[in-house]
Amino acid sequence: MRYWKSLALLPLGLALGGCNLVVLAPSGDVAAQQRDLVIIATVLMLLIVVPVMAATAIVAWRYRQSNEAATYTPDWDHSTQLELLIWAAPLLIIICLGAVTWMGTHLLDPYRTLGRIAADRPVTPQDKPLEVNVVALDWKWLFIYPEYGVASVNELAAPVNRPLDFRITSSSVMNSFYIPALAGQIYAMPGMQSRLHAVINKPGVYRGFSANYSGAGFSGMRFAFHGLSDAEFAGWVDKAKASGQQLTKPDYLVLERPSANEPVRYYASVDSDLFRAILNMCVETGKMCMSEMMAIDARGGMGMAGVRNTLPLAYDKFAGRGAVFGAEPSFVAGGVCLPGDQVTRMAEDSSPTVLAPLDWTPLQGRGLERPSLMRPSKASFTGPTSKSNS
Amino acid sequence: MFDTADLTKLIFGRLTLESLPLHEPIIVGTFAMVALGGLALFGAITYFRLWGYLWREWFTTVDHKRIGIMYMVLGIVMLLRGFADALMMRLQQAIAFNGSEGYLNSHHYDQVFTAHGVIMIFFVAMPLVTGLMNYVVPLQIGARDVSFPFLNNFSFWMTTAGAVLVMCSLFVGEFARTGWLAYPPLSNLSYSPDVGVDYYIWALQVAGVGTLLSGVNLICTIVKMRAPGMTMMKMPVFTWTSLCTNVLIVASFPVLTAVLALLSLDRYVGTNFFTNDFGGDPMMYVNLIWIWGHPEVYILILPAFGIFSEVTSTFSGKRLFGYTSMVYATVVITILSYLVWLHHFFTMGSGASVNSFFGITTMIISIPTGAKMFNWLFTMYRGRIRFELPMMWTVAFMLTFVIGGMTGVLLAVPPADFVLHNSLFLVAHFHNVIIGGVLFGLFAGIAYWFPKAFGFKLDVFWGKMSFWFWTVGFYFAFMPLYVLGLMGVTRRLRTFDDPSLQIWFVIAGIGAFLILLGIASFLIQIAVSILRREQLADVSGDPWDARTLEWATSSPPPAYNFAFTPVVHDNDAWWDMKRRGYVRPLAGFKAIHMPSNTGTGVILAGLSTTMAFGLIWYMWWMAAGSFVALLAVAIGHTFNYHRSFHIPADEVVSVERARTELLAAGAKS
Repeated sequence: MRYWKSLALLPLGLALGGCNLVVLAPSGDVAAQQRDLVIIATVLMLLIVVPVMAATAIVAWRYRQSNEAATYTPDWDHSTQLELLIWAAPLLIIICLGAVTWMGTHLLDPYRTLGRIAADRPVTPQDKPLEVNVVALDWKWLFIYPEYGVASVNELAAPVNRPLDFRITSSSVMNSFYIPALAGQIYAMPGMQSRLHAVINKPGVYRGFSANYSGAGFSGMRFAFHGLSDAEFAGWVDKAKASGQQLTKPDYLVLERPSANEPVRYYASVDSDLFRAILNMCVETGKMCMSEMMAIDARGGMGMAGVRNTLPLAYDKFAGRGAVFGAEPSFVAGGVCLPGDQVTRMAEDSSPTVLAPLDWTPLQGRGLERPSLMRPSKASFTGPTSKSNS
Repeated sequence: MFDTADLTKLIFGRLTLESLPLHEPIIVGTFAMVALGGLALFGAITYFRLWGYLWREWFTTVDHKRIGIMYMVLGIVMLLRGFADALMMRLQQAIAFNGSEGYLNSHHYDQVFTAHGVIMIFFVAMPLVTGLMNYVVPLQIGARDVSFPFLNNFSFWMTTAGAVLVMCSLFVGEFARTGWLAYPPLSNLSYSPDVGVDYYIWALQVAGVGTLLSGVNLICTIVKMRAPGMTMMKMPVFTWTSLCTNVLIVASFPVLTAVLALLSLDRYVGTNFFTNDFGGDPMMYVNLIWIWGHPEVYILILPAFGIFSEVTSTFSGKRLFGYTSMVYATVVITILSYLVWLHHFFTMGSGASVNSFFGITTMIISIPTGAKMFNWLFTMYRGRIRFELPMMWTVAFMLTFVIGGMTGVLLAVPPADFVLHNSLFLVAHFHNVIIGGVLFGLFAGIAYWFPKAFGFKLDVFWGKMSFWFWTVGFYFAFMPLYVLGLMGVTRRLRTFDDPSLQIWFVIAGIGAFLILLGIASFLIQIAVSILRREQLADVSGDPWDARTLEWATSSPPPAYNFAFTPVVHDNDAWWDMKRRGYVRPLAGFKAIHMPSNTGTGVILAGLSTTMAFGLIWYMWWMAAGSFVALLAVAIGHTFNYHRSFHIPADEVVSVERARTELLAAGAKS
């Protein structure tokens, strides 16, 4: 039994010399603390695992059938002291580990702002975090830098020793944003924002990727993460600015289409509302934003009156797909789902019997004009799409 | 009224000639092999005129022993399929470097890893575990069958129907490309519009009916049908773990059924439970599926723990150390397994308090598990350990499982999970506990109970070959994955850009090849054992000098298990009987009331398969027709009044006399 164990350990020994065990040797303070926890937990458990493995081997050998000299007590099946020991020993380990876990989990909560940049360097008010908005697309990564108004695809850069504040979402399916050298991962989910606070302490180029399977192009969802000095980072921003490319909402809708193994791309300017719109799934002109829908719902939905307000504007990227049964696609209109033809009918219906909603305040979505205090005319309910048509 | 296209669509739904994967040479080759093998088998059965025998004695049987054996056969057949998937993945990952795309495109590769997970859990581990429980539990508690023998047959065929659907997806259409738990939004109609996810849903729904009913059946059997004198605290530990496992099944499988039903509503009628839009919440699916999924892993491991308890005690020639604490540990694990599901998605952004709560509950499970480990250790302590095959698997388990347990507790520390989640470290961890725990346990159980089921032991040489190939292969296949996980490599990747990783995948591939030899040795072991059954025969019914009731009867046991229901005075009932000089009764036999065979289970499961097939391919007439037929057959079966018969006393006398002679002959030789 020990032969194969030593055989299995042989490549392990070779590994520690020749391999980049990035999880055990990261370059960011958060990942380093997470590594410390991995090691503390492992050592704590080895305290009990090693004796158990050794005891198993020793007992199995010593009490083998051919060893007539060993004691044999066929009816010995209880010992209160031993029972106490075998429940108490794991319990003590788990109490220690549980305490470490409780503290570590709170300290390293990815939503928590950083308290320190490195072990010996607390965060000061001068350390203004760099906000990066991350969008997982099918199957590439979009990074938006609101502070600089630039963006990039499949390449991320950050100055060393500056706190990073990632706000993460996804356009379609679940992914996981992970740069092992920087910090642990967090999921990127459509219509939801997750956060990650981290800092990179050493300059270098690191691997980043999606750590949650997301479909055909998943393997190519890799990006390089550049830890740069302040000057280099300024240069990187300039390089992005020099690209001359723009990322407007229509550009984003093109970029969003599924594609794999995309090359690195830079954008000199980004629609400042883009990330909010992606997060609320309303990049398409006229589509109601989730935040608006939730605001309407929070006020009780506004009834059928609310429906008419958004009818000419409302369509939904994927919702119009229909299903196997009831093939009529449904649409988001004022927080109410309606079959397609009804939407059209109501949109065409200009009869004054439908009352306009009295409270306009929540309806400030993209594609909606700001309501005036006067009773609005019909034109004020139509968004850019219908306007351009008319 | 209809033009041809409409008519074709009405009849075939979305099934077209393009649905057949004729453009995938690998699948065509596989199909040719399967078809040839199937034809050969079909021809052989027809040639030897075995169809009638198989139908009467096996397919329609309600005997828990035969159903148990059929479950084992199903599990082993599906193991070959699931393992073929594993080999394909290992090969792909070993060669897809330096710009190479490997030999599998993503369409195929993504199906392979999904099918591997689904098959290994639902159609390998579950049937093997259920098969052993089915075979052993009624014998261990001194019962003549399970509580609901027909239901047992029906459960088996429903499980098989699920397996048939999964196999069907290989050749007609495709399987899901979503990972084995089919997380939405990826599994929604928007991102998986084809039949793969529908195959997944209906295979699991059909098989789930079988699993749930078999859970109900075994709980009822254990609670109601124990031999006189066998109080709960005198039940063998394997029966205890089976009871807890089936409680887990009954409590958790409905959650799986419900969550898959919601997903199918999303896909079929346009509801929005798990969609991105309209207030749907994909995270709800993730929560629900893991509320089933975490208990599921304990459903698999608890019976394995029971097997190790039986084996350790038997082969150490010693009472099980700490029976009471063993039972309580099992019950505690059963309860705690419901309080840990969130540890599968710490990284989805729950708050620190929620994460640490679930992290700590997860760690707490290691306390009863650790206590069990010590109990086995102290059972061996001051014993006389015979290193027969089951005991070898047990010691290998004890040494391997602690590593998997340790990495499991490590992953339960949320900040550690943030860096290891979804990595190959995780993949190594759960293979470490499922192979090192469940599978080693199943092999121990098979080697242990095989002589009971067939009357001869398994060949030791090929058993040892299988053992060493499996254990060494396991370490070669999965230790590199731990290392790769620490190198930050994530799971389910098809191609790699970092050439320094390749050596590890090559080592893992070699490990998988060694496991292949292990599986081959296992099959050879069975073949050789059948050929050498005369030499390996056991006439005593108790080849291991064992301790529990199943060894009190003959090997293989008669249809009625026990001519007289035994009376139990000790938790090692048979050991106690032997020690007190138990004499087998030779006279006074009476006719025995037994359940009759029925083909209804096969028919119902067959109709379920066609109904599922109709739903998958949108052949509504087929689905509706099958559903009506299902109801008709189920109702029709209630009018079947030939539910039971009596084995005449004469027959019991002659069976028991034959055994008396055999025992006498065995004693002489």
